[in-house]
Amino acid sequence: MENEFSIEVRDLTKMFGGFTAVDHISFEVRHGEIFGFLGANGAGKTTAIRMLCGLSLPTSGKAEVAGYDVFRKPEMVKRNIGYMSQKFSLYQDLTVSENIYFYGGIYGLKRKVIFQKTEELLEKLDLKHARNTLIRDIPLGWKQKLAFSVAILHDPQIVFLDEPTGGVDPITRRQFWDLIYEAAKAGVTIFVTTHYMDEAEYCNRISIMVDGRIEALGPPAELKTRFQSQDMDEVFVKLARG
Amino acid sequence: MKRFLGFVKKEFYHIFRDSRTLLILFGMPIAQILLFGYAVTNEIKEAKIAIYDPAKDEITEAITQRLIATPYYQLGAYLDNMEQAEEVMKANKVKQVVMFEPGFGEKFQRNGTATIRIISDATDPNTANTLQNYSQAIILGFQQEQQAAAAQGSMPQIAVQTRMRYNPELKGVFLFVPGLITIILMLVSAMMTSISIAREKELGTMELLLASPMKPIQIILGKVTPYILLSIINASVILIMGYYIFGVPIAGSLLLLSLEMILFIVSALCLGILISTVAKTQQVALMISLMGLMLPTILLSGFMFPIENMPGILQIISHIIPARWFIVIVKNIMLKGSEFMMIWKESVILMGFTIFFLAVSARKFQVRLT
Amino acid sequence: MAITQRAAGEYAIRIEKLEKRYGDTHALKGLSFSVKPGELFGLIGPDGAGKTSLIRILGTLVLADGGYAEVLGHEVVKDYRKIRQKMGYMPGRFSLYQDLTIKENLNLFATIFGTTLEENYELIREIYVQIEPFKNRRAGALSGGMKQKLALCCALIHAPEVLFLDEPTTGVDAVSRKEFWEMLGRLKSKGITMLVSTPYMDEASLCDRVALIQEGEILQVDTPDAIEAAFPRSLYGITGADTYSLLLAMRADERTASVHAFGDSVHFTAKEAISAASLQSMLSEKGFADGVEVKEIRANIEDCFMELMSGGRLADEEISK
Repeated sequence: MENEFSIEVRDLTKMFGGFTAVDHISFEVRHGEIFGFLGANGAGKTTAIRMLCGLSLPTSGKAEVAGYDVFRKPEMVKRNIGYMSQKFSLYQDLTVSENIYFYGGIYGLKRKVIFQKTEELLEKLDLKHARNTLIRDIPLGWKQKLAFSVAILHDPQIVFLDEPTGGVDPITRRQFWDLIYEAAKAGVTIFVTTHYMDEAEYCNRISIMVDGRIEALGPPAELKTRFQSQDMDEVFVKLARG
Repeated sequence: MKRFLGFVKKEFYHIFRDSRTLLILFGMPIAQILLFGYAVTNEIKEAKIAIYDPAKDEITEAITQRLIATPYYQLGAYLDNMEQAEEVMKANKVKQVVMFEPGFGEKFQRNGTATIRIISDATDPNTANTLQNYSQAIILGFQQEQQAAAAQGSMPQIAVQTRMRYNPELKGVFLFVPGLITIILMLVSAMMTSISIAREKELGTMELLLASPMKPIQIILGKVTPYILLSIINASVILIMGYYIFGVPIAGSLLLLSLEMILFIVSALCLGILISTVAKTQQVALMISLMGLMLPTILLSGFMFPIENMPGILQIISHIIPARWFIVIVKNIMLKGSEFMMIWKESVILMGFTIFFLAVSARKFQVRLT
Repeated sequence: MAITQRAAGEYAIRIEKLEKRYGDTHALKGLSFSVKPGELFGLIGPDGAGKTSLIRILGTLVLADGGYAEVLGHEVVKDYRKIRQKMGYMPGRFSLYQDLTIKENLNLFATIFGTTLEENYELIREIYVQIEPFKNRRAGALSGGMKQKLALCCALIHAPEVLFLDEPTTGVDAVSRKEFWEMLGRLKSKGITMLVSTPYMDEASLCDRVALIQEGEILQVDTPDAIEAAFPRSLYGITGADTYSLLLAMRADERTASVHAFGDSVHFTAKEAISAASLQSMLSEKGFADGVEVKEIRANIEDCFMELMSGGRLADEEISK
């Protein structure tokens, strides 16, 4: 049990005053799985992710992330996860290599390890020429790819991606997903939210949240069959419109 | 006109729905006047002094009595020897020691000259200075009485008094009220306006306003009108509180005072608009307002520190601070009851500033996004 | 009342060689296109393509550095005041007063435009009724979908002849996006010219005509149908295999022109014409045989966008050369 899942959630609930933002959700995510976490705006996705990342305490229920209880060991949870969001990921006024060095430092990587990883990373992303460029001067697509690579720099068990590809051009979006696939192949669990329904199809399994509850969970193909839909878009609309 | 009114109404919604803004607008002036009126004050009350009087004659007794009879002093201790002076002062028991030389009265009457040594605790230089001045004035007064009495060869009947003019009791609050009105008007008019315009930029609503057929002048007027009203209300509150709680007089014409205030408000509003043309966020607007307006207004306008005591360069800089001129105007009208003819120079300078700021801010206000 | 009066000119919007720079960044590199009255025109492209700059120039909020632009026959710099009277504008970020209620926001914008909520109620009725139950709620406390509807109502309150919508559906979930496009469809039937920008390629099909833009340049302007039909090669959809390993295998093959993941399938084109049958055998060579299905499919806008991005050209351009 301990080893099979990297995320295990039982009846996780979060209340804000009288409002239940997350209402008894339960699911588990296997190691190396790409798990899509979908839902309409305001369905409770962000609240749920915050709890899983140890940033917000659940009202009730149980959640283990990377083998640690989010209630009791939020610090251990944070050490073993990576996080990237569309809104904030890298410091705009630091250079590419300064950003990498900074994040490596936060997670306590040794100098030598950071330098070695920096080289590997710049090589892989084809960013060697831009190592001393400020983040704000590089194109959005590169930024997002770099942000993802930085989020998994410390070899976390799980990486949380909050709308990582918003506004990115279609080719870069696919290159981004290549990075996701590669990381997943290497055993990193991917927990991703997106508004692009075709991206939902790239996930091994997806869950769809409506009004704080998980209304559907399964592989994309299975959900399409279950809801007699052509694509995920239709599944989503059917569910969210009730 | 309907557009304008609708716009003003919206501005009032913003103000009344934001508790922080409300607090700054109404809490701050009241808190400040109470603070300055009661707590932060230059005037000294019942400072403890020690007397060393080896002579113990009629004249030293009389001087001592005169000192401690004033509300400024209170007798802390009679000292037996000079060494004790150091002790009581170190122990913080007294703020000042007055030492008569031995045989004081005798010398005074025989030679017409005798020495009193006044030692003050200058860890707080302002207080020490004030205390020294008080004592000197009192002793000088006594001496003059004595001399006058001696000259006439009769009982000292002619009282030659030193007198503090316009503010005979040296009440700090008299000086603070004009200063406070200046600061508050600056705060409400310039800072709040610049922040409220910057907020529209920050939230993107300015983009929508610009995209509408509203003219920039309509936008500006709509934004500043509420603050003009609020500034006037604030100024009135301070005047009323000053008058009823602290007894600060309004010797001159209330109408003249109001007109001068409106002039100052307009110049401050223009400054606020000017700041907002540079500042894209509320934070920047706040910083510029504080550093560029509030600090110079507080420090260099003569409100806190007398301009005559400033180093030359700061005296020159103080000329370009509108508040400097406004404080003079307000003080003159309120305390001296000056007519317009006595403050026309300051008024003209203030008017000049206002026209200048008005022109620059109207020119700077963009009809597009930068 | 104003809605039925269309701009007299042939074009509602016309731009020619429009340029915009921000410091070293060349945001718009000489764009030209035109929009006909009553058209629903889409600006499709990723972030940083120049969509917002373009819309702001047309909305008279930003000055161009070169070229020409007119809206409803008025030049955008000289006659900006006339344009502002007749246009509706919905910026990319939610920009209404969060501390005012729905009703207050609407009334404010009505007043600013010198009209009333009642005067043009018919135009916004369909949208407004959806948010009316919350009319006394402050805008800041509304959900994303409701904010968007309110913003649209405010942009429409003076019955504009042309409507600029900058990324109205960004960050909005699939359901709200769908509803929003339905609303735009209804507005179109009332004769309002609309220019909508979006990074979502799939929304292109909901427009009359689109301009695909990328890094300040126009890749293509046409109807979505024509763009899709002009895809230069046979496009195959491959389903039933593990996407990532299929992508890796096909990418490594030198016969491949392009291979992209698309939902549950992989879209493939070859450098030289290839039949479905030979593609099938190519796949079995690589060990993808079981349950793998190959179908020739019609390209969608995203296929075309990627083709154009990677330096390819669409058929009609090649013919015209």
